[in-house]
Amino acid sequence: MSEDVFMAGFGGQGILLIGNLLGQAAVIADLNASFFPAYGPEKRGGAAMCSVIVSDREIASPVVGQPSTGLLLNQQALDKYYPQLRSGGLCIYNSSLGNARSCQRDDVRLLAVPANEIATEIGNVKLANMVMLGALLACKPMVAMDKVKEALEIIIPERNKRFVPANREALDRGYALGSKRVPL
Amino acid sequence: MSNRLFVKGNEAVCMGAIAAGCRHYFGYPITPQNEIPEFMSRELPGAGGVFLQAESEVAAINMVLGASAAGARVMTSSSGPGISLKAEGISFMAGSELPAVIVNMMRGGPGLGGIDASQADYFQAVKGCGHGGYRLIVLAPYSVQELYDLAMTAFDLADRYLLPVMILGDAMIGQMKESLIPRSYDPPTDLPEKSWAVTGKQGRAQGNTVKSLYLADGALEAHNWKLHGRYQQIQQQQVRCETLGLEDAELLITAFGSAARIAKTAVEMARQSGLKVGMIRPITLFPFPEKIYRQATERCRRILCVELNNGQMVEDVRLSVDRQAEVRFYGRPGGTGSMPTPEELFKQLQKHYKD
Amino acid sequence: MAESVTTVFERPRSLKPVVSHFCAGCHHGTIHRLVADALDQLGLQDQTIGIASVGCSVLLYEYFDIDVVEAPHGRAPAVATGVKRVHPHSTVFTYQGDGDLAAIGTAEIIHAANRGEQITVIFVNNTTYGMTGGQMAPTTLPQQVTTTTPFGRQIETDGNPIRMAELLALLDGTSYSARVSVDGPKRVAQAARAVQKAFEIQKNRGGFAFVEVLAACPTNWGLSVIEANERVSQEMMSYFPLGTYKDLTVSATGA
Repeated sequence: MSEDVFMAGFGGQGILLIGNLLGQAAVIADLNASFFPAYGPEKRGGAAMCSVIVSDREIASPVVGQPSTGLLLNQQALDKYYPQLRSGGLCIYNSSLGNARSCQRDDVRLLAVPANEIATEIGNVKLANMVMLGALLACKPMVAMDKVKEALEIIIPERNKRFVPANREALDRGYALGSKRVPL
Repeated sequence: MSNRLFVKGNEAVCMGAIAAGCRHYFGYPITPQNEIPEFMSRELPGAGGVFLQAESEVAAINMVLGASAAGARVMTSSSGPGISLKAEGISFMAGSELPAVIVNMMRGGPGLGGIDASQADYFQAVKGCGHGGYRLIVLAPYSVQELYDLAMTAFDLADRYLLPVMILGDAMIGQMKESLIPRSYDPPTDLPEKSWAVTGKQGRAQGNTVKSLYLADGALEAHNWKLHGRYQQIQQQQVRCETLGLEDAELLITAFGSAARIAKTAVEMARQSGLKVGMIRPITLFPFPEKIYRQATERCRRILCVELNNGQMVEDVRLSVDRQAEVRFYGRPGGTGSMPTPEELFKQLQKHYKD
Repeated sequence: MAESVTTVFERPRSLKPVVSHFCAGCHHGTIHRLVADALDQLGLQDQTIGIASVGCSVLLYEYFDIDVVEAPHGRAPAVATGVKRVHPHSTVFTYQGDGDLAAIGTAEIIHAANRGEQITVIFVNNTTYGMTGGQMAPTTLPQQVTTTTPFGRQIETDGNPIRMAELLALLDGTSYSARVSVDGPKRVAQAARAVQKAFEIQKNRGGFAFVEVLAACPTNWGLSVIEANERVSQEMMSYFPLGTYKDLTVSATGA
């Protein structure tokens, strides 16, 4: 098993947090993981992106030219990275902040997740990233959900520990949506 | 449950250093290595150590010089521009035969350059960044695990050969997180005693002097021959290198550090498509694995050197193969958006395999 | 007969029985002796680490019978910091000239003082670069001719002489800052007290202690030994007044 995901959105959407979380969960599950964040002057407010690879083998390049899965949280990310996805790949996008009108490839499966709306229902729009990650895990079962929840305890900083239950709920909501609508 | 951790490269190098008994760190902030001083400031006091943020890179390396002269296992870290500032102190430490570990998480240059990954400081690290003609042992980890493991190795090598050891990483392996299995440190039993360290005479008949000035007739030459002999010993004893598929390779790719990570995937892609491609990855840049290149070229006559710069290590590859093989180069100097992909390197392999 | 002989003067134990390379009339020898006397009197020789700087004072290890680290130009306070942080119970001092401390090493001395490093700094101010042949120093006086101010130091273009004892006294980390000279017996005695105090402060973990010593350099000044010695009081003291600029040990005891 070897899965790679490219995650992108605005700085502040928690892109690096879910990338980190997925990698941490994989390591808890005794898998290899790499998390390679884009680290640039555009860090705050600008674009945020990272590549995550989860594998039961040694991971060579942490850089992926054509990702098999894109987790794209806004229109900019969708416009820029959808065309780079590998043929046969999967694109999960945040339909609250982007539309797929320009996504016309028939070799890439598409899943729309109204992540901001779902997150707002839970009580905090900032949980949109967790909704997206939940949907990803439903489509690509690379790590078990309980490991991801376990990893939350490590990744969420001490001062935000009270938000862990809401994060779990957001993961579940995303997962449920992804399970129902696994794209063909 | 394994003891597998998920750790950032910049933190792994600190964990390895602390495990190896490093209790003193002096440094100055610069991107992309800030997690190193931040980690040390958090962890060293609790471990009975000292973290000090110096007023400059110049001061930091001289604090390292002092702590090393006092007998401690000591580390500093920086990125290109800061290493330039440390060059003075590094030369003095080399001349004074002082061990220390210096981490360079390379960023693009010249000048202020950029903060993304680059391997543009190969010459600076390998050819002696300061004045006077000295050598550092240069280790080039390509993973978070290797950053951890080689930090331990670096302290042992520094204490064995009495010189600063540089760990040459870059923004990619410094900033990325990976699985890490923290091994326990197994100290070599044959490291020389630091009887030269300054402690106060403490009843010794003679005071200890740590210095690099040699003014008497022939004294500096003798000192340099001594250092030279040590460098030769290092070349004989400490070459570290990973090789892949040398048995049947028709084309070799060679790269170090981050570039080697990307190249490794390109080699897998090439093998899957039936191309007999092998790989040489130097882990020590000094000593350079000259013999391994020479031996490999007895059957494979073409080497593609890949670097995140416009061609630095390739010069040492050419010297090593001594015209017995054709050495080609593909490089991308660092900068935002300039990281080569495995797909890109695979195309290069296809191209150079054919003609 | 032997028991009636009393030794009234001898070589300090902290100095080696060797002949120095210093020029005739140079004050380094006297200042070395004051430092060695202080180490002897406070019983510190066996626990002391000296930091040699670049300049005429670089050969500290040839003269002092103690452990010594040679620092790059100007970096002695940083080297001292590294040593002291490894051996906090040792006695660490730097011995630096004016080019070393007040030009190329300005950042290191200011920040070592500002951190309140538990070290003693002996600063020899002779208004010139002795070792390299008499170039302008940061302490060179206005109109003073040196090999790089052949027409005399011009304040407009070469800047002003820098007063380190006063400057460092302003820093919260400095516990003691004084300027002394060694151009006559009385002043040598005063200087000895200041140097000793600077080591006592370190012994009591009292913070950063700094002593600036005005010194003669007959060779590079182009003066006879006598003339050079006279210049210290006649020309230097008006610009570099002697005195104690800060002494926290006094205010701490309310004396």
